Amino acid sequence: MNESAHELQARALAQLDSIWDNAQLNAWRIEYIGRKGAVNTLFEQINTLPKEERGAFGKTANEVKTTLENAFHAREGAIKQRELSEALEAEPLDVTLPGRRPARGRIHPATQTLREIYKIFGEMGFQVYRTRQVETDLVNFQLLNIPEHHPARDNWSTFYVAGSDQRVLLRPHTSPGQIRVMRENFPNPIRAILPGLCYRYEQISARYEIQFNQVEGLVVGHHITFGDLKGTLTEFARRMFGERPVRFYADHFPFTEPSAQMDVKCIICEGAGCALCKYTGWLEILGSGMVHPTVLRNGGYDPDVWSGFAFGMGPERITMLKHGITDIRYFWGNDLRFLEQF
Amino acid sequence: MKVPVSWLQDFVDITLPISELAEKLTFSGLEVEDLEYIGIASPFQEGIKGTSLAWDRDKIFVAQLVETLPHPNADRLKIVRVEYGRGEPVQMVTGAPNIQIGDAGQKVVLALEGSRLYDGHKEGREIMTLKKSKIRGVESSSMVCSEKELGISEEHEGIIILPADAPVGTPLADYLGDVVLDIKINPNFARAQSVLGVARQIAALTGQAVRLPQHWNTQEVGAPKTDFVSIEIADPKLCPRFSALLIRNVEIKSSPYWMQVRLLRAGMRPINNVVDITNYVMLGYGKPLHAFDYDALVARANGNAPTIHVRPAREGETMQTLDGQMRAFSAHDILVTDAQGPVGIGGIMGGSETEVSDNTKNVLLESAIFDFISIRRTTQEQKLPSEAATRFGRGIPSSQNVAPARLAADLMRQLANGSVHPALADNYPLPQMVPTIHVTTHEVKRILGIELAPTEIERILQSLDFEINEASADALRVTPPDYRTDVDGADDVLEEIISIHGYDKIPSTLIADALPPLKGNDALEQEEAARDVLVDAGLQEIVTLSFTYPAHEASLRPTSNSETGSPQDFPLPARPYVEIANPISPERSVLRQTLLPNMLDIAASNLRYANRAAFFEIGNVFLTRRAGENDSRELPEDQAFSLPLEPRRLAIILTGPRARATWQPADTTPMDFFDLKGIVEDMLAGLHVRDADFTPIAHPMLFPGRAAALCIGDSTVGVFGELHPLVRANWALPEHAVLVGEFDLDAILARTDARFIVKPISRYPVIVQDIAVLVDEQVEAARVQALIVQTGGALLNSVKLFDVYRGAPLPSGKKSLAYTLTFQALDHVLSDVEAGKLREKIVRRLEREVGAELRSG
Repeated sequence: MNESAHELQARALAQLDSIWDNAQLNAWRIEYIGRKGAVNTLFEQINTLPKEERGAFGKTANEVKTTLENAFHAREGAIKQRELSEALEAEPLDVTLPGRRPARGRIHPATQTLREIYKIFGEMGFQVYRTRQVETDLVNFQLLNIPEHHPARDNWSTFYVAGSDQRVLLRPHTSPGQIRVMRENFPNPIRAILPGLCYRYEQISARYEIQFNQVEGLVVGHHITFGDLKGTLTEFARRMFGERPVRFYADHFPFTEPSAQMDVKCIICEGAGCALCKYTGWLEILGSGMVHPTVLRNGGYDPDVWSGFAFGMGPERITMLKHGITDIRYFWGNDLRFLEQF
Repeated sequence: MKVPVSWLQDFVDITLPISELAEKLTFSGLEVEDLEYIGIASPFQEGIKGTSLAWDRDKIFVAQLVETLPHPNADRLKIVRVEYGRGEPVQMVTGAPNIQIGDAGQKVVLALEGSRLYDGHKEGREIMTLKKSKIRGVESSSMVCSEKELGISEEHEGIIILPADAPVGTPLADYLGDVVLDIKINPNFARAQSVLGVARQIAALTGQAVRLPQHWNTQEVGAPKTDFVSIEIADPKLCPRFSALLIRNVEIKSSPYWMQVRLLRAGMRPINNVVDITNYVMLGYGKPLHAFDYDALVARANGNAPTIHVRPAREGETMQTLDGQMRAFSAHDILVTDAQGPVGIGGIMGGSETEVSDNTKNVLLESAIFDFISIRRTTQEQKLPSEAATRFGRGIPSSQNVAPARLAADLMRQLANGSVHPALADNYPLPQMVPTIHVTTHEVKRILGIELAPTEIERILQSLDFEINEASADALRVTPPDYRTDVDGADDVLEEIISIHGYDKIPSTLIADALPPLKGNDALEQEEAARDVLVDAGLQEIVTLSFTYPAHEASLRPTSNSETGSPQDFPLPARPYVEIANPISPERSVLRQTLLPNMLDIAASNLRYANRAAFFEIGNVFLTRRAGENDSRELPEDQAFSLPLEPRRLAIILTGPRARATWQPADTTPMDFFDLKGIVEDMLAGLHVRDADFTPIAHPMLFPGRAAALCIGDSTVGVFGELHPLVRANWALPEHAVLVGEFDLDAILARTDARFIVKPISRYPVIVQDIAVLVDEQVEAARVQALIVQTGGALLNSVKLFDVYRGAPLPSGKKSLAYTLTFQALDHVLSDVEAGKLREKIVRRLEREVGAELRSG
């Protein structure tokens, strides 16, 4: 034995000082504090020593063992710490690279707006009715107080079904649904909206399509007034467009009297005047009015006892106003570059 | 309809700023769609329609020509000296062809240096500023203006020559400045189809009385037979009144400048004084008139006083109208005729033979009322829209037939030196009905929701010229003025009340009435649920047109002779189409019977720049009815028509890579049959549709062997698969698989189970075992799976196919199907022995029923 316990300790610690690797650390452990390591060999020397030296030697050897074991654990912890620091610093991602987006589908914007309308009116107790798209002249016009050749017919450029002598047509508005809903519900009061596709003979342009959705509304009861019309539609406008002024003024529809147009304060310029509102400060949102007595009667309701209001609006137009869309052809063009923005 | 404010001022004072007036009119039902400012500043920003050049009051004047001298250096130019009541006359150069050397005294428009004008030499309207300059060596910093330079019209041939009485030195803005209201006339505002009509509304809105022409309300009635004409009417319903006046010795020439300006501003071109006067009275007072060349009528009557006969046309009768067209008529057209035949289409257009020409000496002036329905029909059929037809087509009161004619005759006396024959020829077989209407405060409260005192109702109605016949504490009996043919019930009167009272003064209320029974709409809610499921599966909703054309849908059949029967006639039924009588184009001539063709168009257009399409559409198709097919929601009135069925369909299109290519690895193999089938399965699971089955089919639009039908119970509710390559080529789609499917959505949604029962979840461990079996190629995977499920019973928790293998070392005609079976019991720990027995039972069953051979596991 030519190396003292202290020399062993100094040598081991010096060697450990440069170890920053788990494999080397393990080899060091085996060499010094393993079962057959240098420290255990040291203990084996005890028997060869004179009895009086054994106590001191043993104490020293134990101290060396404890020192080396502590040093080992300290270094083991330090290596873990260093590895973690290195791992945390290594290979940072370029977080500006695009993420993996799931292949999500989307609801068509026209359907999205229809759903919004269903929801708002649903909460006000309105039920959704849908009625047929191929209609009769009788229900679409005559029962709505628009006799044959009436000048008001100019307002609806209608597609007719061949071979029907203009008695069957593609509905140019959802209003014939009023008659169908009244017939189905009499003698109950009515609070209904009637969404659906309508068709008009138009030259297709950024402003006009030959096909469009409309949502009709109908309320019939014993005490329904023009004030109720204003209150209900003002509430709708608030929910759809946020807190902003609305205004009602005279319009004309043969199936309502009096009739009223509702505008909301322009959602872009707030009334200052801009291209969207054509410098009027207001956006036309819907037409409405008190159900004409003749229409109530045609629906089966006695106009002396019942009264009601009706309204109609265009979901595509509302979508266009809300999202700054300037070309109505986008809706049925179904270009993904349009649809995927919703 | 264009209404110049300067003309309105003949009838009523304009007491409000124009923009406020326009808003008031709009709110009362006369929508002012546009405002055109002529020569005066618009209060709106530059750049919007209705804004135009303002004539500077300090620079642009009414002026007078002092002398016209030749230009020393140019033959075509002239030097003019012009005075405008301030200092020395101004000198300038002009090339105007309508003034000649030596001319003096004409009234012109002078623009001084610095004036802003439209550039007369440029297309459209471009503003320039007059600068100090010399033209061919002569100082010329001012200008005598053309109409184009002032923005009055596009006329730039010569300069404006103002009437002799134009006040020299007056700023032009004060003399010719104006605002033109462009008003949309709704059908309930027939009374407002004239400057006077609009003035009446303004008067009511601003609390004034209109200024009517003298004798306007004199109810003059004449006799049908006079010494110059006799009037006969075949059917008073078609022509309730026909009146005529004779004006002799007229001098046909241009009408005066003021009249031309008014006509132009109201949107009509001046022609000659007689025609202009009839148009002027129509625009100003709302009564269309027609002027005949009286001598032409006399000639047709062989020198005698003509007899005018108003009657329905005889079938095939013809006449050349004054636009030079030969027209044929049928029995619903109203003709104005004489002994020789037609001389005019009632209320629409006169005949060319009797029209007023430059040589006309004597004028027979017609003022008549025609049935508005007949007029509308003829206007549409003959494609002859005109200002007169528009007015007749909305209804004109017959009580006000003569006064406008008298007004026109008097203008012909003043402006054409004519002498008016005092007699009035007048046939008035059907006097106008004037209704009496009962209005109660209760009704006002019930419909409008406001309390109005009878005195207030009275005030409003009087402002609209209604006559109050009787008034009590809570009711009124009223008569509308005779120029109102649109008011005949209490509801009409309520509309009058609210339009003057103000819509804004009605308080908003919430509906206090009882809520109707709430029923919900299951069909819609299920449809929306289907949309959500399909969107969750990654599909984009599209909405296509309901219109198509038969050949387009036939393109789904690759060969013309592949007529098919059920179930292959879905979605291509052999039914007649719902055909459009007036299609917008040949490509939109019928209503669709299937969703796919229009959707394939959309896929093709998107695939021009995208490489992937995953679309669905939910919409209606239109099927003409077969015998026995009924519509449960039909009204009794519908039964006469056999209206088409409008079933709901769902269709899906998939094509392109399974996942979008990104900068990281992605599965970009093209989607195939099983991508579509997976979506269909997912949808059925998401909607809880029970008892759905897939069976292989042959279908003309689908790739043989890659087509399946979706069956629920015994009925086929849809077909799907890979599009037949020949069909794909019809849409010029890229050359890889396009998966399509179309489904009867009503049938599928009818089978959804909203109250499906949830299976309990076991707490005990599972035993997982794999098996692989060798079967003949013809054995359907679905059959093997069904046998496994059936045999495994309650303890077989799940069966998953994880591999299908063909090829070496397997013999040809065989395939290997490998499944993971998961066993689990609800109430105990399942032992390996139990699971082993079950597995053994499954293998035996497969051996017995489908000749399977256990490969491994």
